[in-house]
Amino acid sequence: MRVMFQLNGKAVEVNVEPRMHLADCLRDELRQTGTHLGCEHGVCGACTVIIDGAAVRSCLMLAVQAEGCTVVTVEGLSTDDALTPLQTAFRKHHALQCGFCTPGMLTTAHALLTEEPDADADRIRAALSGNLCRCTGYIPIVEAVLEARAAYQKTDKP
Amino acid sequence: MKPAPFEYQAPATLREAIDLLVSDPEATVIAGGQSLIPVLAFRLAAPSMLVDLRRVPGLGNIAVGESGVRLGARVRWRDIEHDRRLATGHPLLREGIVHVAHYQIRNRGTVGGSLAHADPAAELPGIAVTCDAEITLVGAAGARTIHSGEFFTGPLSTVRQADEIITELHLPFWPEHRRWAFQEFAQRQGDFALAGIALFYDQDRHGRVRDAHVGVIGACNRPQRLRKVETLLNGHAVDEDLIRKAAAAAAQTIDPPEDLHAGAAYRRALVATLVGRSLRAAAQPRGS
Amino acid sequence: MIGTNRYIGSPVERVEDLRFLRGRGEFVGDLRREGMLHAAILRSPSAHGRLRRIDTTAAYAIPGVRAVITAAEIGAVPTIPLRLLPLPGTERFLQPIIAVDRVRYVGEPVAVVLADSAALAEDGVGAIALDIEELSPVADRRASGRHDILLFEESGTNLAMAFTAVSGDADAAFREAAYVRRECFQVQRYTALPMEPRGLLAEWDGAQGRMTVLGAAKVPFFNRDTLAAMLGLAPTHVDLIENDVGGGFGARGEFYPEDFLIPFAARHIGRPVRWIEDRREHLTAMNHAREADCEIEIACRQDGTILGLRGEVFIDLGAYVRTNGLIAPRTLAQFFSGPYRVPNMRITATALLTNKTPAGTYRAPGRYEASFFCERLIELAAGDLAIDSAEMRRRNLISAAEMPYKLPRLEPGGPTADTECDSGNYGEALDRCLAEFDWAEKRQLQGQLIDGRYHGVAVACFIEGAGAGPKETARLELASDGTVAVYVGSAAVGQGLETVMAQIAADTLGIPLDQVRVFHGSTSYLEEGYGAFHSRSTILGGSAVFEGATALLEKVRAAAAVRLGGSAEEIELVDGRARISDGRSVSFAEFAADGLRIDAAFANNNKLTYAYGSAAAHVAVDPGTGRVELLDYLVVEDVGRIVNPLTLHGQAIGGVVQGLGGAFMENLVYDENGQLLTGSLADYLIPTAIDFPAIRAIALENHPSPSNPLGVKGAGEGAIIPVGGLIANAVAAALSSVGAEPNELPLSPPRVWRLANPS
Repeated sequence: MRVMFQLNGKAVEVNVEPRMHLADCLRDELRQTGTHLGCEHGVCGACTVIIDGAAVRSCLMLAVQAEGCTVVTVEGLSTDDALTPLQTAFRKHHALQCGFCTPGMLTTAHALLTEEPDADADRIRAALSGNLCRCTGYIPIVEAVLEARAAYQKTDKP
Repeated sequence: MKPAPFEYQAPATLREAIDLLVSDPEATVIAGGQSLIPVLAFRLAAPSMLVDLRRVPGLGNIAVGESGVRLGARVRWRDIEHDRRLATGHPLLREGIVHVAHYQIRNRGTVGGSLAHADPAAELPGIAVTCDAEITLVGAAGARTIHSGEFFTGPLSTVRQADEIITELHLPFWPEHRRWAFQEFAQRQGDFALAGIALFYDQDRHGRVRDAHVGVIGACNRPQRLRKVETLLNGHAVDEDLIRKAAAAAAQTIDPPEDLHAGAAYRRALVATLVGRSLRAAAQPRGS
Repeated sequence: MIGTNRYIGSPVERVEDLRFLRGRGEFVGDLRREGMLHAAILRSPSAHGRLRRIDTTAAYAIPGVRAVITAAEIGAVPTIPLRLLPLPGTERFLQPIIAVDRVRYVGEPVAVVLADSAALAEDGVGAIALDIEELSPVADRRASGRHDILLFEESGTNLAMAFTAVSGDADAAFREAAYVRRECFQVQRYTALPMEPRGLLAEWDGAQGRMTVLGAAKVPFFNRDTLAAMLGLAPTHVDLIENDVGGGFGARGEFYPEDFLIPFAARHIGRPVRWIEDRREHLTAMNHAREADCEIEIACRQDGTILGLRGEVFIDLGAYVRTNGLIAPRTLAQFFSGPYRVPNMRITATALLTNKTPAGTYRAPGRYEASFFCERLIELAAGDLAIDSAEMRRRNLISAAEMPYKLPRLEPGGPTADTECDSGNYGEALDRCLAEFDWAEKRQLQGQLIDGRYHGVAVACFIEGAGAGPKETARLELASDGTVAVYVGSAAVGQGLETVMAQIAADTLGIPLDQVRVFHGSTSYLEEGYGAFHSRSTILGGSAVFEGATALLEKVRAAAAVRLGGSAEEIELVDGRARISDGRSVSFAEFAADGLRIDAAFANNNKLTYAYGSAAAHVAVDPGTGRVELLDYLVVEDVGRIVNPLTLHGQAIGGVVQGLGGAFMENLVYDENGQLLTGSLADYLIPTAIDFPAIRAIALENHPSPSNPLGVKGAGEGAIIPVGGLIANAVAAALSSVGAEPNELPLSPPRVWRLANPS
């Protein structure tokens, strides 16, 4: 089946089996391998992408269901030039070790802070509770997201 | 864990969706897919076709009014969380939804999907049953409305026929001064509840309980009201003695399943704890 | 070293992070090759049976399924050798790389399907019909120990190996002791669960007779040699390439059946083959760990001085002895007493075979279990003798004056049958922990019921032996752009290897960090290497880099003397330049054309390092639900010398949280038919971001190791060691009013509820 959607700001078109999930489509058809597969049954969160502004587990979405959607993956969070404030905070706080869960952490945190730039530590932990990490013990990840909030808070409110 | 192959259709109308289900008895409906896709990934089911409701109009509304709260089948948990009207329109619903799964799941999971999947530990079926909600389904033979208490027949099992599509959940009007609570216990936040209690009651002019509704999830094979507990509560003022009796009655009246996470004795005790804590919470005055 | 250390000791941000943050990591699942086929593995659905027939007809009928490989296609089926402790007798229990006529655990590989896509390969797996004659499974270690149903009939036993650790005369000590207590304890079966499942991409170059395998980890050189032997190839014709690795924790990177099957498949079909494990198969295929129970006794004086420990431990090893399957049993026995002075000990650890997934190492193998058993027993003794928990520890900790302190001798032995704690002041770490934790204040909460919850605190002490030999290798090469390439035999598993090695190289050479490029793990870089296990990389790999860098400087000095005219002593090396007294200088880069490079190795004669520390915990137990909230957790560890405090802290916090997962929730549950009930991450529970927000870790470097030039001690596993015992003791303290004795893990809500409500 033919599917068309926006990926990281560009229009893309693929031809996939209905049973292919969006994560495999991104990784194999579109060669964006930053989105990772840790379980394929919707628990670990490593496959999180942002669909129409909302964080979504891409292993729990069929590629064909992405028709007409705006999809942002970890690759779309930064340009080639520099790390975003969120990514910089992750590095500073050593919020990643093996790096496998990191794309899902970044997309989830980005979606959260975009909607809720004042999220406190409890809210951040709750929102990240669907992203499993085996290396860091989470504390540095939460610290990084807390620090990154400043970049999402608009200083000049209308 | 790739699913077995299937065809896929995204019809533009409800009628077309029903026609597809009629024409292929092995077809199944997909909305958010948060419960269905893992089932397919484990190859626990192998439908011939998925009928996606994503293009069908009119299923995504939340109506709050004098007749109560109407949730379209494609309303997502996220939509419920963001709808300010529900803070007063149905605070029990709102509180229950906070416990559903995780942030990402709540962005896609739907009312209709949860009802159709009928997990005995799921929050929405429990809230529906507790609140005497009604479920509307539309199939080849037309529309029908079922009382939620009769909709769920067992774990992952409902009276929905293969050609029927859930279109709406209707929760009765929620009066302003109602007392309520929702308490669930899971090993980790977002896990399926080992047990959960949703309850509410109104009060007569003496402050005694009237029209108590106490529903349980996770500790039974389908969500249900605990009639014995409700009878015990009705007509009385809530005090520690009544709470103790109600908790004990709840533990005794349920028939909990045993699984690798918890045995029956624990679930009984857990239900007693949650009933007690719910009643204490409901008795507290709430901020607006 | 040149000058002061700019990088060693600094919280240098990791170089690895840049690609991971951008989603540009290269994990094996991200790689592809032209013409690649996908593999899926049919695994035994039966725990124990005779494999009668494999019918692949329906699989071959699926368009896109290219081949099915079973034992028949392989011919002579090799078994997987032991990498560590290949003791006599173990050869009877080695795993064949595919089931031949018998299946011994649910998950054992039976066939490999090759197809055009992973989905089609899975369709193929589903279409294969197996005829298995069921045999009664040996469901647990007790059944195993009866030896009536045998996994390996010819051997006549289910006993894989028994180890005994002895010091002094335990029986005499017990005869004379004023106080003796005997108890039984149990740790559950669980697993490392790295976030990246395993994967391999194999390419066969028929023209060159060369096999290349991507997806290697941990011990690529041993695995390369093993694979080469199995394929009948010279080791020089087999390359194992390490890419990015999504966590190892001891489990990933050992030689598994798939490490043969996938390369074999690539050669068999003449096309590249990629296999990516899914999580469901991972739970039955990747090494299990930790399951052990014991009956042990402690003998003390009235003042709490421990006189002896003796007893028996039983380990449920699963169906085969894996490459490192004997490590947990031998370590459990030898390290039973941990950091405590126990002059008389006899601990027997018996590893028994059952029809479950085989067990291997998982972070601090054997040591986590031993600490749970020992700390629980010490706590019970302290309670009986009315001695404060902290005082009980202090009285019995090995003192600085006793260093080096000989640990019990292990039989049968192996390279570290005799080992000794190297350096340190264990009491100092305990004192620091108690002070930072505010023990004096917190212990007043013991057993108190506050707002409906019982409070308890506990303290525990640990040692972390690290740095198994024999050695590690490194090569340093000058490049003409001024950079130095550092190749190490160590493997990266997410621990920040590239950055730490770069720090050591940069400081030793006196050049900026960004002038160092680190290459690791792959067999294509170095002729030999040893890998990442036993927290050895900084000790051995780092020391090899240090030695190599030091030697390289001398070569540069000598070459500069020739180039500039003068003697080597007149040459000064500063900031990547060689300068002579009259001010003329040459940059290091200018010697690149001379092919200036060094091959170095560091061997430690298996002299292990012993980092050590203490940890304390404060819990609140809800008797109505069995939920335990961890209100505060602190670990203090002296690691000898801190190279990168940022990554070290990460190891500590990460290790604690893994330990808490084991203490509270992780559990691989089998039924009586050998079926694994916890088949997904919905049932196998690991900690999330919400569960344990209150963890602190403090690192000390007061007592360097005397056994390597850097003075470092391995520090990847210490933090996990005491968690089980510590949490159980804190819960016991909280529930002391009902006399709760938490002697089994995990302390799940139902179990804690039962402890809190004994009636």
